[in-house]
Amino acid sequence: MRSLHRPDTGPDPAILDNHLPRVREVERRLMLRGGLSLGLLTMLTGCSPEKNHEIDAALRAISSFNDQVQARLFDPNKLAPIYPASRVLKPPRFNAYYDIQQVKPVDGASWKLELGGLIADKRPWNTQQIAALPQREIIIRHICVEGWDYIGQWSGVPLGDFLKRVGADLKARYVAFQTADNYLSSIDMATALHPQTLLATRYAGAPITDPFGYPLRLRTSTKLGFKNPKWITSMEVTNTYPSGYWEKQGFNWFSGI
Amino acid sequence: MSTASSQIAADGRRSRRAPKLHPLPVRLMHWLNACAMLMMITSGWGVYDDDPILGWLYFPDWARLGGWAASSLLWHFAAMWLLMVNGLVYLIYGFATGRFRRKLLPIRVSEFIHTVGETLRFHLAHEDLTRYNAVQKLLYLVVICAGVSQVITGFAIWKPVQLSWLTALFGGFQGARRVHFLGMSVLVGFLVVHVALAVLVPKTLWAMLTGGPRVKAQA
Repeated sequence: MRSLHRPDTGPDPAILDNHLPRVREVERRLMLRGGLSLGLLTMLTGCSPEKNHEIDAALRAISSFNDQVQARLFDPNKLAPIYPASRVLKPPRFNAYYDIQQVKPVDGASWKLELGGLIADKRPWNTQQIAALPQREIIIRHICVEGWDYIGQWSGVPLGDFLKRVGADLKARYVAFQTADNYLSSIDMATALHPQTLLATRYAGAPITDPFGYPLRLRTSTKLGFKNPKWITSMEVTNTYPSGYWEKQGFNWFSGI
Repeated sequence: MSTASSQIAADGRRSRRAPKLHPLPVRLMHWLNACAMLMMITSGWGVYDDDPILGWLYFPDWARLGGWAASSLLWHFAAMWLLMVNGLVYLIYGFATGRFRRKLLPIRVSEFIHTVGETLRFHLAHEDLTRYNAVQKLLYLVVICAGVSQVITGFAIWKPVQLSWLTALFGGFQGARRVHFLGMSVLVGFLVVHVALAVLVPKTLWAMLTGGPRVKAQA
């Protein structure tokens, strides 16, 4: 399935190929400039992780403390505001650690959801089996750590129901996800069991399209956007801190909203 | 022995009768707040640049705390503890000791207009450090409110689901972001004037470091 954001008619794709070296050059220059012109305060305090390990370690320690504070602030019964279908953005806004053109579609027919860790029944699931489970729809606000937001209409299997069905250890601390684009992500068990946390398969009444996570993605109302992995291929229940793609680079792990 | 202890007691009475203009706790909290505010503002600019509210406004690299968004966020969510704890202690202190009431009230409109007129004619009256003019009173009151507002809108942005009622009060997530940005603008505006005047009248800066002249205890 082709990317939804790619127009039917558009410029000759060769333009991109022809200009790719120059685009790369611009990006490289920005990186160089950014690296050279770190701010005055930045220099004084040495915030750049690779430059001052002590300050970086201290900041990350406070971030871990903030994880605990947020876990305390999290109310498992507090539902996020929901919105009318008229306010749903179609298609949703794309975001990943690469551009939409680089999305590699997943083949739904051969796709499987693998299960691991503290789960009694680890048999993998295919798309038909997941579609046969009781579904739930939520219209919720997606908030990105960058600051933008939109309202989306997601449906799928509540993750809590699914975890109970496969005999997961609900007292375990984490649920971790691996994806087709190698984007490690993980959430706390309390959030996994929240009624507005879905293994989402549909958006605005139709199957989720390729750029947004077909055939299966996570959608939770109580976390920032980057905590919602797309193109999920495996799920693990564990007591070992799994971290995540952006968390390893310094973003806060809990990132509850 | 008895002479020495009565001397200490007398000193104690004297310092109780005549405290300094800026007692030690005030000076300590002032400079802790200055550090926290600078860190919050400059790291906030780093967070802002990821998705600017005003399309034409980006903060330059050199002005931002944190080399990129993740780093700025780490700073922002670390410095917030210093800002909140120090700010809370300051508010309790200000109310409990009556310093706010003594220093910042009353603000009279006539006095305010008079001071603005004098200032426009470059008659900066800072002879008496122990009394704030009406403009100073208003500015300090506004900046304290802006600081409190930043913490409240900060919570509305941080927890728009857990504190959805608070976020709704500001017209939703983007509304809370805008008010948070506005609060920052007020604080930066204050900072420019405040620092400029401290440089123009250096004895005010000196007073905030050493405590300044002793003042008669006021009711």
